[in-house]
Amino acid sequence: MNGAHDMGGMHGFGPIDPEPEAEEPVFHHDWERRIMALNLAAGAMGRWNIDMSRFARESQPPVQYLSNSYYQTWLAGLEKLLVQTGLVSESELSSCRSEGQIAEDLAERVLTAEQVPTTLGRGDSFRMDDEVPAKFEVGDTVRVKNRHPDHHTRAPRYVRGHVGVVDRDHGVFVFADENAKGMGNRVPQHVYGVRFSARELWGPEASARDCVYADLWDGHLEPA
Amino acid sequence: MSEGRGNEHGHGHDHDQDRLSDTELRVRALESLLVDKGMVDPAALVETYETKVGPRNGARVVARAWTDPDYKDWLLRDGSAAIADLGYHGRQGENMYVVENTAEVHNLVVCTLCSCYPWPVLGLPPVWYKSAPYRSRAVIDPRGVLREFGTELADDVEVRVWDSTAELRYLVLPERPAGGEHMTAEELATIVTRNSMIGVEKVALPAREAAA
Repeated sequence: MNGAHDMGGMHGFGPIDPEPEAEEPVFHHDWERRIMALNLAAGAMGRWNIDMSRFARESQPPVQYLSNSYYQTWLAGLEKLLVQTGLVSESELSSCRSEGQIAEDLAERVLTAEQVPTTLGRGDSFRMDDEVPAKFEVGDTVRVKNRHPDHHTRAPRYVRGHVGVVDRDHGVFVFADENAKGMGNRVPQHVYGVRFSARELWGPEASARDCVYADLWDGHLEPA
Repeated sequence: MSEGRGNEHGHGHDHDQDRLSDTELRVRALESLLVDKGMVDPAALVETYETKVGPRNGARVVARAWTDPDYKDWLLRDGSAAIADLGYHGRQGENMYVVENTAEVHNLVVCTLCSCYPWPVLGLPPVWYKSAPYRSRAVIDPRGVLREFGTELADDVEVRVWDSTAELRYLVLPERPAGGEHMTAEELATIVTRNSMIGVEKVALPAREAAA
């Protein structure tokens, strides 16, 4: 979707103003630590995947997205996912009172303190073993399709319609744009590192030497 | 986001403080709801990302690459395996890709769409990395962004910006600073900054080492 999250190339946000590295804490408030942990714990229920999480966060109204801090966006996304998947009802969320325990099959999935290191250490499976043919080869010239879906996509606006060169075939991964639509939408596709010259993206005033690489799936690309 | 880090650590402004306390109340209420429903074990809300995972991991990877040419070759060829060999693996580091800074090429990593970042080697991202100014400008004005971090590059250096739009996670292998040839991998690891592994800074030798 053409949301406020798709920021590449926008103007007007001002200087970066980084906090000095040595002084920056991992969390600036205790509630940030808690919402991070709640996201991990609720994710263990297995009712959503990472692309559904991203879509829940980015599909807030743009004004809200832009005025939130990043962890406020994580809170908004988690509340949305809990209700969408039926883990929490609207009335439970508004009253903050439990109307019943989760089902037994879900209770078995509750993340315990002992499981946290293993769960985090194992990571998620984004790669797929399916032997799907690659539509493109390293060195091919490709164009990012000029498409503007109203659902989740990992092809940012600033590369759409532009021509780049396939720099690397990263192998077969679950296609994020479909995966965001719900569980059971694991479509295997090749992901490529595609190199775009800065001038192709930003015009003749950009540096002739510089370039941007984006990782894009077969579904985003067409021959150029 | 647009308010930069001010809204996240809230110095100063009364309206920010009010919003933050609203947020804090919402988070606490949600936490107690999820605990009551049996979905969350309060004991599991641990501090892994403050105690076990952070940029010191990445610094050890870089220092090893600087002192062991075979390891460096492996790291650039198969980042995930070479990094896992040092014990760093897991969520948001499943598919690592390491890019090398040289005298001719400078690499910079961003996630314009959200906050993708290699957790096992760098920990959780700093506020600026997730902020609108960095996400919007890194791809269109990388040299201006680098200048704000005090990094000036000559015109003949190629800047490569890596936008983390899929599940590959990028780590920059910074240039080893000249003059530290006598330093061990352990000593070198102490001078590798988080920012140098995102690509916004170069690694500098501390004055005492440069003089040694």
